[in-house]
Amino acid sequence: MAIQVLMPALSPTMTEGTIAKWLKQVGDAIESGDVLCEIETDKATMEVEAIDEGTMGKILVPEGTEGVLVNALIAVILEEGEDASAADNVGGAPALKVEPVSAPVVDTPAPAEVASAPSQPAIAPEPEYTGSRTNMTVREALRDAMAEEMRTDDRVFLMGEEVAQYQGAYKVSQGLLDEFGEKRVIDTPITEHGFTGLGVGAAFGGLRPIVEFMTFNFAVQALDQIINSAAKTRYMSGGQMSAPMVFRGANGAAARVGAQHSQCYAALYAHVPGLKVVAPWSGEDAKGLLKAAIRDNNPVIVLENEIMYGQTFDVPDDPDFVVPIGKAKIERVGSDVTITAYAISVGLAMQAAELLSKEGIEAEVINLRSLRPLDMETVITSVKKTNRLVNVEESWPTCGIGAEIAAQIMEHAFDYLDAPVGRVSCEDVPMPYAANLEQLALPKPPQIVEAVKTVCYR
Amino acid sequence: MARAPKSETKKTTSKSATSKPKKSNDASPEELLEFYRQMLLIRRFEEKAGQLYGMGLIGGFCHLYIGQEAVVVGMKAASKKQDTVITSYRDHGHMIAYDMDPKGVMAELTGRRGGYSKGKGGSMHMFSREKNFFGGHGIVGAQMPLGTGLAFAHKYKEDGGVNHAYCGDGAINQGQIYEAFNMASLWKLPIVYVIENNRYGMGTSIERASAVIDLYKRGDSFNIPGKQVDGMDVVAVRAAGEEANEWCRSGKGPFILEMKTYRYRGHSMSDPAKYRSKEEVAKVRQETDPIDMLRDRIFAQNISDEASLKDLDKQLKGIVTAAAEFAQESQEPDPLELYTDIYAES
Repeated sequence: MAIQVLMPALSPTMTEGTIAKWLKQVGDAIESGDVLCEIETDKATMEVEAIDEGTMGKILVPEGTEGVLVNALIAVILEEGEDASAADNVGGAPALKVEPVSAPVVDTPAPAEVASAPSQPAIAPEPEYTGSRTNMTVREALRDAMAEEMRTDDRVFLMGEEVAQYQGAYKVSQGLLDEFGEKRVIDTPITEHGFTGLGVGAAFGGLRPIVEFMTFNFAVQALDQIINSAAKTRYMSGGQMSAPMVFRGANGAAARVGAQHSQCYAALYAHVPGLKVVAPWSGEDAKGLLKAAIRDNNPVIVLENEIMYGQTFDVPDDPDFVVPIGKAKIERVGSDVTITAYAISVGLAMQAAELLSKEGIEAEVINLRSLRPLDMETVITSVKKTNRLVNVEESWPTCGIGAEIAAQIMEHAFDYLDAPVGRVSCEDVPMPYAANLEQLALPKPPQIVEAVKTVCYR
Repeated sequence: MARAPKSETKKTTSKSATSKPKKSNDASPEELLEFYRQMLLIRRFEEKAGQLYGMGLIGGFCHLYIGQEAVVVGMKAASKKQDTVITSYRDHGHMIAYDMDPKGVMAELTGRRGGYSKGKGGSMHMFSREKNFFGGHGIVGAQMPLGTGLAFAHKYKEDGGVNHAYCGDGAINQGQIYEAFNMASLWKLPIVYVIENNRYGMGTSIERASAVIDLYKRGDSFNIPGKQVDGMDVVAVRAAGEEANEWCRSGKGPFILEMKTYRYRGHSMSDPAKYRSKEEVAKVRQETDPIDMLRDRIFAQNISDEASLKDLDKQLKGIVTAAAEFAQESQEPDPLELYTDIYAES
């Protein structure tokens, strides 16, 4: 059967073009790969190549013709043994059996279904822990979490700057090299983009990497690999492969280290579908969330905090203890106002709650623990009781976690609110170095007290 | 007409491997025919992809591999079952060479549910765990650290595998590749970095983009041996691939192969083609086309004849036509697929 040559598109947006020149004329022999003609648009010129061999039977659109529609029949090539009449026979035939690329026949899911977010990961229930506890630092709790998981799963390994011989820049990995050896506790060169990509590749290859960033400020160099490679590959591969791994390290302000070492990246990572994001506050959170993150089959960002590393808590001893990702924890029960917070800000919220209690305001403090998925159910239930909400975070306010919570409360609990949602955050400035300015930039309990009084109209 | 391969194969650098490279004519008649079949299948597939793109059936970007077929076919012939492969977005040829089903590849190009990624990845993002093909990556150069991680996993698991990580002459200037080189050499990871030097990074010639254009030397600072190979000669590619694999498998660390090749088509479909002359493209096609050169070799050695190769071409066109039909008949993904495959169950 004669071969139809159609007007090709140079880009998905091209609808018509000009046939500038025919390089083959009727009767010419055509080899596969020969240029048949040149077409032009305002942007580009393209040569139309023959895919088959034969003889040019008919040219339907002469050169110089403008406005030739994409997919219009422009020529007919005769195959071996066919005569010119074959070309005539296809003259008026429709252009191949091309179905136009139609808009997808969409049964658009109802908005309610979208809101129920089938893209959100399933959240495991959280059993109450009644076992023994040991008083230890957050630093030790994190170390124990890694050690326990490395003992039970030899695919798990730790890599990062100074994690092995130096025992961790903040001593979080103390003792791990001695127990697990240099195959599984690996000092990397100072090369965040490279070792993050390497870690993601190792996860693709069946391992369970824990990638430590000395601080999350340096992970910005590796954002491409975290977002484009780790977070998106499961979707792009139709579910064939994932990056089951942990990215962890110190996040947020430490003390007097200036703008490039003091940023909280919670909102940035929580923005990305495909990532899970957790931000522990207590030792229990630190151990339980990190263990859950290591066991998780997805890339999980664990946002630790340098100032919290040295604080002590009673931490569960049971190696089976984990904190399910996606479950917030009510740290303090109250009836007058809900305060949501994560990471170091939970401590500030607890201090503020004590101050408020003296003034007769009982605050319910919710430790969010996970930022993606965000446990809005717990927050909404609390707001339905207290009718007031203040979010506290050490991140910048613009497009922050507080902004997200406020939006969701407006969507799902608007009628329960007695006041607009309040936000307490870091000031919207790069972190200053000077001691007094730094103190002015960071949220403090008195500001939380102020914000709570505002939403309580006191 | 006999066409002598360009004498582009240079000796390795000073830090290079010492094992003897195979002679480039070291292939059996069956192997030569199989190389021919694979290369021609890739070409026919890509021609059809270009055609479907022109018909509006393939969206977005579409980067064709025409002209470079000998590289991936030669490297595949050198690899073993346990090896893994990763590449950039110019990936259709790699998938065909690594035995992925042309139907599934073409249906991914058309964004249908029969595609390898259920239509959710597209031309640039396609994977097959079954075939150890780890993509298909759209960020220029990102696949090189990822491949280094796959090599890390090979070594960690002691499975004897080698990773082949491909990139182009444009990508090789990305900084993260040198971070990967450093770690691969430091930790003696089994990886062959295959640089497909087709002379243009998008529309910028290598001379205008690279201070040093002998790309096989890019590992010198990391003690990674490198070799420049005539990437239009599939048998030379296979020999170089075997040498590099042997180096990696024996625990000596990474190896760089610079494949001198050429892409006939534009960077992607919408390429203004103003940065090189038609004569330049025509000259490469005339003088060093990898498929024509292999056909000449097959005829010179009396392995097959014109009629048989023509029959083979017909068969391959049939495979490609069937793939194109499948890619048009396969339905678009179920709308509910919008929300799946974001998180794995834990």
